[in-house]
This record gives sequence, C-alpha cells and structure tokens, in this order.
Amino acid sequence: MSDVAAGLTIEEEGGRVVLVPTGDWIVDTIARFASDIARIDHDIDPGRVMIDLSGIDRIDTAGAYLLARPIHRARDGVTEQHFRGDHATARRLIQLVLEKAINSEPEIEDRRFGFIQAAARVGAGLESAWKEMIATFAFFGHAITSFASTSARPWRFRMTPIFAVMEVAGVNALPIIAVLSFFIGAVVAFMGANLLETFGASIFTVELVGIAVLREFGVLITAIMLAGRSDSAFTAAIGSMKMQQEIDAMRVLGIDPYEALVIPRIVACVIMAPLLTFAAMIAGIVGGLLVCWSALDISPQFFVTRIHDSVPIQNFWVGMSKAPVFGAIIAIIGCKQGLDVGGDVESLGRHVTASVVQSIFMVIIVDALFAMMYLELGI
Amino acid sequence: MSAASTPLIEVRGLKTAFGTHVIHDGLNLEVRRGEIMGLVGGSGTGKSVLMNTMIGLKRPDAGEIFYNGRALGKMADSERARLESHWGVLFQGGALFSALTVRENVMAPMREHTDLPRSLMSELADMKIALTGLGPEAPTKFPSELSGGMKKRAGLARALALDPDVLFLDEPTAGLDPIGAAAFDSLIRELRDALGLTVFIVTHDLDTLFAICDRVAVLAEKRCVAVAPIDELLQNDHPWIREYFRGPRGRAATMAREG
Ligand SMILES: Nc1ncnc2c1ncn2[C@@H]1O[C@H](COP(=O)(O)OP(=O)(O)OP(=O)(O)O)[C@@H](O)[C@H]1O
Ligand SMILES: [Mg+2]
Repeated sequence: MSDVAAGLTIEEEGGRVVLVPTGDWIVDTIARFASDIARIDHDIDPGRVMIDLSGIDRIDTAGAYLLARPIHRARDGVTEQHFRGDHATARRLIQLVLEKAINSEPEIEDRRFGFIQAAARVGAGLESAWKEMIATFAFFGHAITSFASTSARPWRFRMTPIFAVMEVAGVNALPIIAVLSFFIGAVVAFMGANLLETFGASIFTVELVGIAVLREFGVLITAIMLAGRSDSAFTAAIGSMKMQQEIDAMRVLGIDPYEALVIPRIVACVIMAPLLTFAAMIAGIVGGLLVCWSALDISPQFFVTRIHDSVPIQNFWVGMSKAPVFGAIIAIIGCKQGLDVGGDVESLGRHVTASVVQSIFMVIIVDALFAMMYLELGI
Repeated sequence: MSAASTPLIEVRGLKTAFGTHVIHDGLNLEVRRGEIMGLVGGSGTGKSVLMNTMIGLKRPDAGEIFYNGRALGKMADSERARLESHWGVLFQGGALFSALTVRENVMAPMREHTDLPRSLMSELADMKIALTGLGPEAPTKFPSELSGGMKKRAGLARALALDPDVLFLDEPTAGLDPIGAAAFDSLIRELRDALGLTVFIVTHDLDTLFAICDRVAVLAEKRCVAVAPIDELLQNDHPWIREYFRGPRGRAATMAREG
C-alpha cells in the first residue's frame, strides 16, 4: 500500500480557523496531528472552525474522528458552514462518527504513590488474607459435611473419577516422589556420616536416616510433590470448568459439584498419600543405605538389622499418620481455589498459584503442629 | 473485467479435513473487492472452518487461498503480516481477551500496529465501541461482565479497531436483539459504503442476507453449491437452498422483503 504522506495546515481566514488536511488520513498516519488537533479543540470556539475536505486522499473512521473533534461541541450542531471543499466519503464518515460516538473523557489512571497508598495496600492485603482464611475454613466444613453425607450413602461415591484421580495424581507421581526421596535419604546419610565421623559415632548414621526419613522426609516430600503436581492440576481443571460455566450446568442438572468434583479428589488423595509416603520411605532408606555402604562401609545387612533394632516403629507410624491429613488438606485447598476462579484467565493463573502456595504452607504448618503434639505425647 | 469485480479473495480447490473427517472438498469461492458476501449453510457444514482457513489459521489439506492473486500459503512472513494488519476478524465466540477491559481489547491492535498517543487510542477505542452500539459504561467492563450480545459488539469493535480493508464476521448478529441486529446491518453497510470495505459474513440471519449482502454463497455437500445475489438464489432448485429460503422462516423473511 503506497501511503501518500498526510499533512495538516492551519489557516486563519476571515476570523475563522481553517483546517486543511491533505493526503491519507488513516489510522497509520494521523498520530502526528493528535496534539495539534487537541490544541485547537481546547483553544478555539467550535463555531469558528472550518474543515477543508478537498485535499484528503483516503480517510477512515480514525481520521474522521480526529477531524470531527474540534467541531463536535459546536452549539448549533455540525452544519454546512463547518466544511469546505468536497470529498467522496469524508463528510459521511465524520457525520457517522459524530452521531454514534460517545463523548466520554478518557479515564485518568490513579498513579499516586505514597505512604497512605502503601498502608492502604497492606490493609487491603491483610483483609483479603483474613477473608480467604475464613472462606477456606468454611470450605473445609462444607467438604467434610458433604463427605459425611455421601458416606451415609456409600453408593453415591463416584468410583470412576476416584480411580482416575488416584491414577493421575497418585500412581503417575510415584517415580518422581521415589527419586526425590531417594536423594534426600542419600543427602541425609552423607551429612550424618561426615558430622558423626568426627565423634567416631558414624554408626549412628543409620538411626539418623531411619528416623529422619520415616518421621519427616518421606511424608513431607510426598506432600510437597502432591501439592506442586496435583494441586495445580485440580485447580486448573476445576477452574476452567468454572470459566466455561460447566459448574453452573452441573448445578442446574441436579449434580452436586462437591459430590462430583471435590469428594473424589479428596478420597483419592487420602488413599494415595499414605501409599506414596510408604514408597517414599522405602526409597529414602534405600538412598541412605547405599550411601552408608559406599561411604562408611556399613553393609546392607547390617544397616537393615540396625534399623530394625534401634529405630522404634513409632517413627514409621508417626510419618504414616500424617499422610492422609496432608492428602486431605491438599485436595481441599486445590478444589477450593478451583471453585473460586472467576471469568478470566488471569484469575485462573492467580488461583493456581495460590493453591500451590497455600497447600505447601498449610502442610508445613500442620507438620509443625503434629511435631508439637507427638512431642507432648512422648511418641 | 472492471477493477471492482476482480476477486480480492479467491479460494481454489480447497480441501480441509480433521483426521479422516473431510469438511470441504474441491471448494471454490471468489470474494470481490468492495462487496458484502454472505455465507450460509447448515450447522456443522464447515462455515467457521472455511473462514478460519481463509484467514490462514487452518492450513488447507489441498487447494490454495489467493489474496489479490497471491497465494496465502506461499507469502513471505512480512507480506503476510502486512496483509493481516488490514484484516478485521470477529470470531463466532467473540474471542475477547478475558484479562483486558473492552477498551483495552479494542486498543490492543492499535498498540501493536500504530504509534498513536495513548489518550487518542483510548478515545478512538471508545468511538469504535460506541459505533457498535455499546453504551458508555461498556469500555471499562471486562468480557466476563458482558452479555452474549454485548460480547459480539465488543468483538466487532475490536475487528474495526484499525479500520481494516477486509472484515471477516462469523455470525455477527447471532444473539443480538432484532433492533440491535438491524443497527448492526446498517453499520456494516455504512462502513462498506464509506470505507470501501470488503465484508465476508457467515450468518444464519435471513434478514442480514436480504438487507446487506450483495451476493450469498451456499455451503453444502462440502463445497459452495451456489454463489449468487439473493434474488437469484430464491429461484435456485438445489433442494437444500429451496428448503432454506422457502421453509417457514425463509418464507417469512422473503415475504417481509417483498412487502
Ligand atoms: N478443531 C476441530 N477438530 C475436529 N473437528 C472439528 C474441529 N472444528 C470443527 N470441526 C468439525 O468441522 C465441522 C464444521 O465445523 P464448523 O465449526 O465450521 O461448523 P459451522 O458451519 O460453523 O457450524 P455453525 O453454524 O454451528 O457455527 C463440524 O463437523 C465439526 O465437528
Ligand atoms: Mg460456526
């Protein structure tokens, strides 16, 4: 497309201001004239403005809008006396733009920065965090009652989605969880070996690995992987259903979205978390075992016997007891965030992030509570 | 042939398929410069797919699309980009950016392709939004806060953002009230007359066909079985076309037109 250069000359003539646009007045070419036109619009009485159309080559609605601006406030409306010369379409376009366009002033963005604004943001943040917490607790309650009422009629449990989630969130996560746990076990053993060797007590590495992996790391690795891997998937899946009004459609069709979407995910996570934790424990201990073997010359047989003899079995049960709780927390937070998604993609992204962050946060807080509780109980 | 009737867009021997499901086979179509062409056809016959193929979103399995005689599939990226910047497209679902307000949606193509000052962009966006019949409260709304018909209008405003040379509209009047649909029709014609637009409209709206389309193409049996001004189509003997225009709804629209 060959662009004839656009031009604008402004002439004074018999007390009137004549705008003489020339060339192509189209969206690609008019940027330069915006400020001139704005000045005329601001300074000069619209009754005195006249537009000479004869020099225009091509014009589109953007060009027409710009030309119409100095005259659109004319008291007696836009009439013949505002125009001079002739053009095939310019008059018509200007008229079209004038008829339809709204005279809204462009919005001025509030871009003030200062102490008050900062304080206001902190306040708003705290308030929304507080509300979010209340809402999450309410959701917990709702999920639990809904779970209880489904349990009373166990045939209402939806088996297909439960097994589907168990596979996707559980079985498919097994390799990564096992590998991570293996390395954590190995790292713990290495650090223990290094440190304990200086006291000549390197044999206690076995206890260190056993207790650390059974009590904490097995279940924490599992929970964090579930949170990062499955929680985001739960939130994204439910959230995009929410965006497409699928959840509304379920309600209208008499399907309880809690029963269809939330409960299966909770059940699947509660079942899979202990199983995955068990696998993680095994992998972690194997990691520790291999390090002990290679770095400390502790034979596998000896390692296993020693774990049997000197690591109390409670440690295993402490670890396992936390797994279903973490599983439930993760599933509930993921579903809650999914159902909170609004109409736009931005909110989907925000809630996926929130879901992962909140569930990891909650897992660690609850883990600390468990630690205090077991400490008090002396287990 | 006069300049006005050389085809701007030419679809030649088009075949499209999803897997083994063939949608079009040996489809030919010409859209002339400055005309408003309507495309009709039953639901699922591939009107939206044809439009998407014409704008290059779907690659043809055979055949080629020509713009001004140049094959779309063989254009260099820069030529293609220049061409695309002169297109306005309204998708069937609106396809607004959900994270942006209506005004920002309309400004998006301007930001990308022009160097207009921000304030002027925002005024132009408001003007386009008003042109399509949305009220003064619309520009600051998000798409999720709009009704179905409002989304259509906002989508049209975005399609018009750069005053395109070619406008592709997929069912623009579906979901609009009759008054709004009539205003829509007259806006399209007004813009065509004033700007010399070429307009390609996929529609089920018989009133739109009668009111503004210069020619109507009928999609059936995987190809365009007829392309003609509406009056000629009314005489066509193809069974589907007969059914379409002489069924109860078609008759009502035809009669309304003939008074
Ligand atoms: N992404 C896709 N994958 C597979 N098949 C598709 C896809 N998109 C469309 N189709 C098929 O192509 C055919 C034509 O679809 P298209 O959306 O073009 O219909 P249409 O003519 O626009 O119908 P309507 O009037 O309802 O909008 C349909 O049979 C549809 O199933
Ligand atoms: Mg369609």
